[in-house]
Amino acid sequence: MLSTLRRQTSTGLRLLVVFTVLCGIVYPLAVWGVSRAFVPSAEGSILPTGGSSLIGIDPVAADPAADPYFHTRPSASSEDVLGPADPTTSGGSNKAGDSADLLDAVSQRRALIAEREGVAPEAVPTDAVTASGSGLDPDISPAYAALQVPRVARVTGLPEAEVERLVAGASDGRILGFLGEPTVNVPELNAAVAGS
Amino acid sequence: MGPTVAGLLQVALLLVLLAACYVPLGDYMARVFTAERDWRVESALYRLVRVDAAGAQRWPTYAAGVLGFSFVSIVLLYLLQRLQPLLPMSFDRGAVEPAMALNTAISFVTNTNWQSYVPEQVLGNTVQMAGLTVQNVVSAAVGLAVAVAVIRGFVRSGTDRIGNFWVDLTRGVVRILVPFAFVAAILLVAMGVTMSLRSGVDGIPLAPTASQEAVKMLGTNGGGIFNANSAHPFENPTALSNLFEIFLMLVIPVCLTRTFGTMVNNRRQGTVLLSVMGVLWGAMLAVAWFAETHPNGPATLAAGGALEGKEVRFGIPGSVLFGVSTTGTSTGAVNSLHDSYTGGAGGAVLLNILFGEVAPGGVGAGLYGILVLAVVAVFLAGLMVGRTPEYLGKKLGRREVTAAVVAILAMPTLVLVGTGLAIALPGTRDALNNDGAHGFSEVLYAFASAANNNGSAFAGITVTSDFFQTALGLAMLFGRFVPILAVLALAGSLAQQRRAEPTAGTLATDKPLFGVLVGGTIVLVAALTFFPALALGPLAEALS
Repeated sequence: MLSTLRRQTSTGLRLLVVFTVLCGIVYPLAVWGVSRAFVPSAEGSILPTGGSSLIGIDPVAADPAADPYFHTRPSASSEDVLGPADPTTSGGSNKAGDSADLLDAVSQRRALIAEREGVAPEAVPTDAVTASGSGLDPDISPAYAALQVPRVARVTGLPEAEVERLVAGASDGRILGFLGEPTVNVPELNAAVAGS
Repeated sequence: MGPTVAGLLQVALLLVLLAACYVPLGDYMARVFTAERDWRVESALYRLVRVDAAGAQRWPTYAAGVLGFSFVSIVLLYLLQRLQPLLPMSFDRGAVEPAMALNTAISFVTNTNWQSYVPEQVLGNTVQMAGLTVQNVVSAAVGLAVAVAVIRGFVRSGTDRIGNFWVDLTRGVVRILVPFAFVAAILLVAMGVTMSLRSGVDGIPLAPTASQEAVKMLGTNGGGIFNANSAHPFENPTALSNLFEIFLMLVIPVCLTRTFGTMVNNRRQGTVLLSVMGVLWGAMLAVAWFAETHPNGPATLAAGGALEGKEVRFGIPGSVLFGVSTTGTSTGAVNSLHDSYTGGAGGAVLLNILFGEVAPGGVGAGLYGILVLAVVAVFLAGLMVGRTPEYLGKKLGRREVTAAVVAILAMPTLVLVGTGLAIALPGTRDALNNDGAHGFSEVLYAFASAANNNGSAFAGITVTSDFFQTALGLAMLFGRFVPILAVLALAGSLAQQRRAEPTAGTLATDKPLFGVLVGGTIVLVAALTFFPALALGPLAEALS
């Protein structure tokens, strides 16, 4: 029995070396080669203005009283209840619905956002007060985007209709009409606003 | 269109895709493992590494191959992590500390892919590709090989040989996992998944994502190349990539029931098992979906809905569909945080793991998992009518039933002893992210996930202490190899028997009634074993 085990183990080692070359070097490099050749966005979908259109990191306004940005959802990796995510540690809060900490964070966010946008706290949508799973969610709901339009229009001096047009440009419906949820991509939207 | 209708259409599309693959992929896999001839590349490989590919093995030799191969895999993966500073493309991420490296090595070799580390900070490209991607492929191939050996136990008659492990392993890698993963990876790249060898851009870490993502799902592995796993936009950028990833984790386990039916020469034997899997999966999906759309926690109610830990692009339907599929298989990838699910949905995904992951289970592991439950179901039915139980023409005597029971009871033993021990230790409270019933669920989920080789977590729990690294490492190891040894022994014992012709008293195992019996056995075993533990955790939370 022991000699069988020893013989099988040494066969296993030799085969593992071959599989390491095949599955660990040849296979990933082949995928990389194809993606390099045909899909440049596989290098992270980098925007001309910097950052990635796939990664939502909340922008910080130099003057909070004149905040020209659309904001992303909260991130568990941010230091405050609202604020920029730390992209080097993706992840969420892992807080449960009966968590007192989470209840506290949700209430604070609701109050802060209502004040920022000058609306009633009840008007703030769910995605605006909950942290995403990745902490880097680039998308917000159409409702949260609409909530921010008047402020962005006011601060940037753009007409509201123009800002709404930019929001529409960064919006996607459900894929094929039924996959996922409608989204507004915040990094693309802020880049578009900055370019106007 | 409302989110519910859209979500149902999404489920329908998933089922259509799986149905389209069922016959061709199931039969292809049967041909792969029954074909006489080797591919030229395989013969060359056998010569290169001096494998005796012609000789069929007895079950102890086959098992020695599984254990030996897994042992050297753990050693190599451990060494790669410890020697990371010497490897290229490591981006100064340093050597992984010993306890974490050993836990990770065991985790990926056992197809668990439990992660106690933050990948984008701890691991560079070489360990990711030459270490983890390799185990993503071969640990799934080991599961396939064992499942095929068990099927051969039912098919063969009057022999002590159940096949050649090295041939089964190689064919699984060369003919199934690598080619399909390559195609899937290219499709994922086309859907927007990243694939980069650079360390990052503008302070955002990058990784060779698509190649690992494809096999992470296809091989029901589940270890993310980023900490946020499939919630990370680089791993899962759109609702389309999300559905494709769900499809990838289900497709091999689902089609293996066809492989089984084809190999035992009675396709309905496979469809019966598939229906049991489908009913369990559908029931858990319904519970989780309902619970998430009817939340009860005060924080969730204050937020106006259960979006904490979820991504806007997936919404609730795309999240629970993923969550139930990842726990019904042994994948354990997550696109939303199970820890932040409502009590009911968290309970559903936990229960899905505690069923023994047979809805539809991991690659290979799901099939041999449900086969041992079917053996027990036949045995119970035999007791009720007072006849010698038979399954597929093989008598189930003392040896067969003992092997099946050992395979089934290994997991609950590990889960309950591990959870009890952890709760009794004073330091555990500090490791938890939530208090009360939910905190208990975090510990129970951790051991359930490890012992079932799932790898998902109620991830708020901090598992970097020596106790958790060791205890969960042992749970993964025994949770993988005790059932494998038991089912290989079962296969050996079945293969030796001559096939008995069915008589009037033989229970028909290709009829719906048998499906009900198997489903009942699964639910009963899980309920009798885990009800007290579930009552302390998710049930208490859901009812509060």
